[in-house]
Amino acid sequence: MTLAFGALGSAPFPPDIQEHLAGRDLPPPREDGIRDATNDAVLALVGVTLSFGGVVALQDIDLVARRGEILAIIGPNGAGKSSLINVISGVYRPDRGHVRLAGRAYAQVPTQKLARLGIARTFQNLALFKGLNVLDNVTAGLAHKTRSSFVEQIVGLGRSRTEEIEARNRAERVLDFLHLSHVGERLAGTLPYGLQKRVELARALVAEPDILLLDEPMAGMTATEKNEMAGFVRASRDEFGTTVVLIEHDIGVVMGLSDRVAVLDYGRKIADDTPDEIQRDQRVIDAYLGVTPENEDGEGI
Amino acid sequence: MSTITSAMPVNFTFPRWITSVLLLAVAYLVIPAIGTSYLFEAILLPFLALSLAGLGLNILTGYAGQVSLGSAAFMAVGAFAAFNFNLRVEGLPLVGSIVLAGFAAATIGLVFGLPSLRLKGFYLAVSTLAAQFFVQWALTKFSWFSNDSASGVIDAPALSVAGFVFEGAVGRYYFALTVVSVLTFLVHRLVNSQTGRNFIAIRDNETAARIIGVPVLKTKLLAFAVSSFIVGVAGVLWAFAYLRTVEPAGFNLDRSFQILFIVIIGGLASTRGAFFGAALIVVFPLVLSRLGSFLLGDIFDSGVLDMTQRIVLGALIILFLILEPDGLVALWDRIRRRIGSALRRT
Repeated sequence: MTLAFGALGSAPFPPDIQEHLAGRDLPPPREDGIRDATNDAVLALVGVTLSFGGVVALQDIDLVARRGEILAIIGPNGAGKSSLINVISGVYRPDRGHVRLAGRAYAQVPTQKLARLGIARTFQNLALFKGLNVLDNVTAGLAHKTRSSFVEQIVGLGRSRTEEIEARNRAERVLDFLHLSHVGERLAGTLPYGLQKRVELARALVAEPDILLLDEPMAGMTATEKNEMAGFVRASRDEFGTTVVLIEHDIGVVMGLSDRVAVLDYGRKIADDTPDEIQRDQRVIDAYLGVTPENEDGEGI
Repeated sequence: MSTITSAMPVNFTFPRWITSVLLLAVAYLVIPAIGTSYLFEAILLPFLALSLAGLGLNILTGYAGQVSLGSAAFMAVGAFAAFNFNLRVEGLPLVGSIVLAGFAAATIGLVFGLPSLRLKGFYLAVSTLAAQFFVQWALTKFSWFSNDSASGVIDAPALSVAGFVFEGAVGRYYFALTVVSVLTFLVHRLVNSQTGRNFIAIRDNETAARIIGVPVLKTKLLAFAVSSFIVGVAGVLWAFAYLRTVEPAGFNLDRSFQILFIVIIGGLASTRGAFFGAALIVVFPLVLSRLGSFLLGDIFDSGVLDMTQRIVLGALIILFLILEPDGLVALWDRIRRRIGSALRRT
């Protein structure tokens, strides 16, 4: 079942249904299967609230990503998925709440240090460096590891030389891993869309991050490309032990790929469970397909 | 067949460094042997100085994507700083003065680069315009800079390195050529390093650059400093090697625009681009005046020439921006590929 949910959730619900959605409690924490969240949580959002002017983008979000899992965040358009990624990567500062990374709480994650904290991300709209070739784009993903000054790099002595060789090798390995070696010399801007998306994944992956944030990595792809990309995401997790947090609209891909799914609607988390449970969750079905009116048969009208 | 070969010109062209060595050999050995004094004075010396200025601006505008309209100001800072270091510091060799002048220009560039941390595009361009007006005003207002010379125009000192004096047009040409070659090589190394990649990353997508850990503020300021250093040294060559006088009037807004045109016409983000652009800007007026007087005779006086120059150059720039936005370098590469694939087919 491949379903673009974006088209469905775009119409705003009437206020009474919003209240109805908001009023529901979160499910009790499940004892079985899922390990203790505090132990192996590499990333945690605690009570994160974000609003733009009067528009609430995120409301009181608690979310935990455990080491080595693939966590998908789904929800209708405007549900706050991208805002969530932007809060984690420090592009936005939440009004309340904080983000816990590597045992430290941040009111705003320092974007400049993000890579050093072991977080890499991709963007919903391509954010490659069009003027660099693919190999240089991927090598640039190691910018945070550079210790040598520009003078050392000009002269080409000592550590700048080893750094450069090391960076090249790692970039080439990642290109190889994602089957991109054949386009290494091409300018990133000249590649077809699907490949550019994959180069962006390569640029994020080259830093071997602990946490990989993927903002709609399969948007606009054909079904074949999506499956390929899903395979690469899974392989990345298996190869590097990376925790993956991804946003995706294609529910079929999400269910097959992720270990856990969190559902956002109107800035609230309405569900957080395994794919199987999510598919049966009434609130999720309501959020996506609309709520059945209470008076279904129209009696008495 | 032709599409494949045009995409892969590798096996036909020489490695880059061979081309560079050949060019240097021609520049050092052949040209001095056959060139006339006119060639050096009117064409090669301004060409070298402007190429270097274009190279400097290209780091800032082409690679790091920060527009600047203050290049001539940084040239002026370089020229006046070199003059004053040479004049006021006993026993400082000329090369020392030039390096210090570069650092002086880099410092001023750094100061006027600070707005780039908050401003982008047109707004940044306007704020660099402030550098242009401020520096020219300061150099005219405070006669200390021109050693209290009554006219504000001062003679540049002789070009001497370790007791050897670069005399005459050819000597000054050798001096300028060496400075330009060394700096071009260093710039080439810089733009191909991680720092060069950081420049382009900031130009193409600042948010993505920040997230992968590029130190955005530091890198922008570095681009301003390195760029101004080179433009400053270009100013020294312009004043000391080409004009042999130092005066603020030569470093006006027109010059800043000229350098910007050089970079745009030659090709943004390309070390060769500055040289292509400077060649066109320097040679074109001379060709036009020769052609004009040859075709039209006496009617084509200096007034008409000046006017024609502006009109034709303006039209050329517009044509270039439309037809070849990547500049002369892209045009040149395409022609070379065509010739290469044509030769291989025969």
